[in-house]
Amino acid sequence: MATKILTEHISTPGIETFEVYRKKGGYTAVEKAIKKMTPDEVVEEVKKSGVRGRGGAGFPMGMKWSFLAKPEGIPRYLVCNADESEPGTFKDHYLMKNMPHLLIEGMIISSYALGANKSFIYVRGELMYVIRILEKAIEEAKAAGFLGKNILGSGYDLELVVHPGGGAYICGEETALLESLEGKRGNPRNKPPFPAVKGLYQSPTVVNNVESIATVSWIINNGGEAYAAVGVGKSTGTKLISASGHIKNPGVYEITLGLSCDEFLNSDEYCGGVRAGHRLKAVVAGGSSVPIVPGALFLKTANGEDRLMSYESLSDGGFVSGTMLGSGGFIAFDETACIVRNTWNFSRFYEHESCGQCSPCREGTGWMQKVLNRIEHGKGNMSDIDLLVDVSKKIEGNTICPLGDAAAWPVASAIRHFRDEFEWHIKHPLEATKPGAVYMGDGVLV
Amino acid sequence: MEDIKPIMFKVTVDGVEVEVAPGTTIMQAARKIGPEVAPPAMCYYEPLKGTGGKCRACLVKVAAGSAKDPRPMPKLVASCITPVQDGMIVENFTSPQVVEARKAVVEFLLLNHPLDCPVCDQAGECHLQDFSYENGVGTTRYEEERRTFEKEDIGPYIQLHMTRCVLCYRCVYTADQLTDGRVHGVMGRGDHAEISTYIGRAIDNDFSGNVIDVCPVGALTDKTYRFKNRVWFSKPVDAHCDCEKCSGNVQLWYRGDEVIRVTARKNEWGEVKEFICNACRFEKKKTSDWVIEGPSKVKRASVISANKYAGNLIKKPDFALKLAESQYKKIDDTRPFVSEMSEIKKSEDYKTLMQQNENYFKK
Repeated sequence: MATKILTEHISTPGIETFEVYRKKGGYTAVEKAIKKMTPDEVVEEVKKSGVRGRGGAGFPMGMKWSFLAKPEGIPRYLVCNADESEPGTFKDHYLMKNMPHLLIEGMIISSYALGANKSFIYVRGELMYVIRILEKAIEEAKAAGFLGKNILGSGYDLELVVHPGGGAYICGEETALLESLEGKRGNPRNKPPFPAVKGLYQSPTVVNNVESIATVSWIINNGGEAYAAVGVGKSTGTKLISASGHIKNPGVYEITLGLSCDEFLNSDEYCGGVRAGHRLKAVVAGGSSVPIVPGALFLKTANGEDRLMSYESLSDGGFVSGTMLGSGGFIAFDETACIVRNTWNFSRFYEHESCGQCSPCREGTGWMQKVLNRIEHGKGNMSDIDLLVDVSKKIEGNTICPLGDAAAWPVASAIRHFRDEFEWHIKHPLEATKPGAVYMGDGVLV
Repeated sequence: MEDIKPIMFKVTVDGVEVEVAPGTTIMQAARKIGPEVAPPAMCYYEPLKGTGGKCRACLVKVAAGSAKDPRPMPKLVASCITPVQDGMIVENFTSPQVVEARKAVVEFLLLNHPLDCPVCDQAGECHLQDFSYENGVGTTRYEEERRTFEKEDIGPYIQLHMTRCVLCYRCVYTADQLTDGRVHGVMGRGDHAEISTYIGRAIDNDFSGNVIDVCPVGALTDKTYRFKNRVWFSKPVDAHCDCEKCSGNVQLWYRGDEVIRVTARKNEWGEVKEFICNACRFEKKKTSDWVIEGPSKVKRASVISANKYAGNLIKKPDFALKLAESQYKKIDDTRPFVSEMSEIKKSEDYKTLMQQNENYFKK
């Protein structure tokens, strides 16, 4: 049985209420941290755990915390990024909905560690009912003395604010999130200065993902070393994976990092394999932004080694044959999925969600979407394929925020791995535009 | 003992070294050297705070981050917002990667921008025209439909044609920083983002006309001037007046004896030096309203200067002269200079030369 760090009690009835959560050992980490530890000790413990940001980039969380500037007389802020809107990712939603107190407990400890007296949870606007759950949980925690003035008689004050976003994908980018939180248009900021120096209201700010913050209470209870012992190499701990697509058991799974991809896909404990009678064609391993790979390259690396669900193993092979763990939005495609249509669909998303600030992303996402639209609808030319590759290259790395990269990678990787499918669409427009028509090439199915 | 920190940072842009104060951006450092190495800018506007970083026209390659840490930066950086470090080496026009990226930016900016310069009011003084002419390619690969918008009136003096807009946000910053109670901004997202006044409210304040000057393209135009003239048929003249609201330093644009337009004066980077008020811009269109200072300096390369100024007014390219002066050594020859043929024939040099000739033919 794999270690469950976040979801151990998730199926306990009533876990969303304070009483049940407390009975299951909740808020003991707050007591331990605030009564027995200094903020620096908490930071040290998180550093030891080696937990990496679960929002997608995978930056070590303890490092991020230690970068926080601490000037005198200026407040510091902790912001929880709950603006989960990546296609294919729904783990934070699941966690907040079922275990709001786990997030709140993590927020209290993290705020204490960073010296923040006002912290924010920025939840995407579509999840209004989750916001109500969180607000109710905050009230309960406040009534029990874990929030508000003078927490547990320690003299430490913390106010927790849940802020609904407007439902824009771009507001999941940390600086756009901060702009939005300040009440402005959610445009990403130019960096430097980074949020750790000048973030919310020009004050030092740490922005962390829901899942990252939720791990903190376990780390405090069991120690950073215990957390680091779980997982493989630099990918420590567990990760929530939201699995969807053509698999038997879609849902959110907590996996120990280092689990083999084959086991994750085929074992009944997790996805349960591709749906009956079908074969795996392609996999998006970490949310729509990461490069799409053929099923075979998901299960084994280009060198023939077994691929593991970890930051390092999934990105083995770089952009040529690898992908990324990203935010853990696992999408499997069987042979009935049309890669061209899927790529077009992703492109439509990125065109719609581009903030329109910097020119490569604003214009480039629209261009790629229009070209893919033409190919999908049987009006493509052979030169369009190279054009798409060229445009994606010119967006990548030249934008203010990573949305440009996120829009470019799926297109570039789809063409890299499924070029013949694009060519088939262009050469056989009549066949390709029939409803349900899918290219049955050889050598890609597993 | 306190460490003595260097007061000036040494930065090299395209092989030319310059000393600038800490906190200067790469763009400012390059501009200090001169227009030959300064990256182009479509959104950055020095007089307005917070501009820059959006158009990506000024991307440069940082080949060495600083003297302490000489690693190159992994990505191209926007020079208008990146502060310099001591010993930084920047490649601008000398880096093929930058030249490629800039071509791409031109292409992206022109995707949705109509290519009908001959009917656009801004032609001749359009930053996008200059930028694409200098950095772009002559063809387009875009076959899709371009986004279009209806023309929109912003108050009695200004017309907005969103179709031409490149979303540089300069006018938004102008409205934000020059006027109180900003009533216009950006609505929508992505390539359908749009500059607009909220709920059709007109910009009604004394400095609204400056958005026309800061607009790099023909998206915001002067309704009192629209389609009356081509910019190269008019002649700019510096003038001033006593104005309660602004400095009163303006440029008058003459066609014949008639003032057809009043704008703020711009520096060599096309940026407004002093913002002017609407009364000066729209209401004082007689020569008698102004004290004339003399013809404005116009770059020789600009189409506005065509057929207007005598040769002696044309400024010679300073940079080339400076370069020539620094590169070429004086000829070290103390012999007297003579030009008369009779004198030359008497000189020793001439005799030896003739002797050599004779010897040659004897062989």
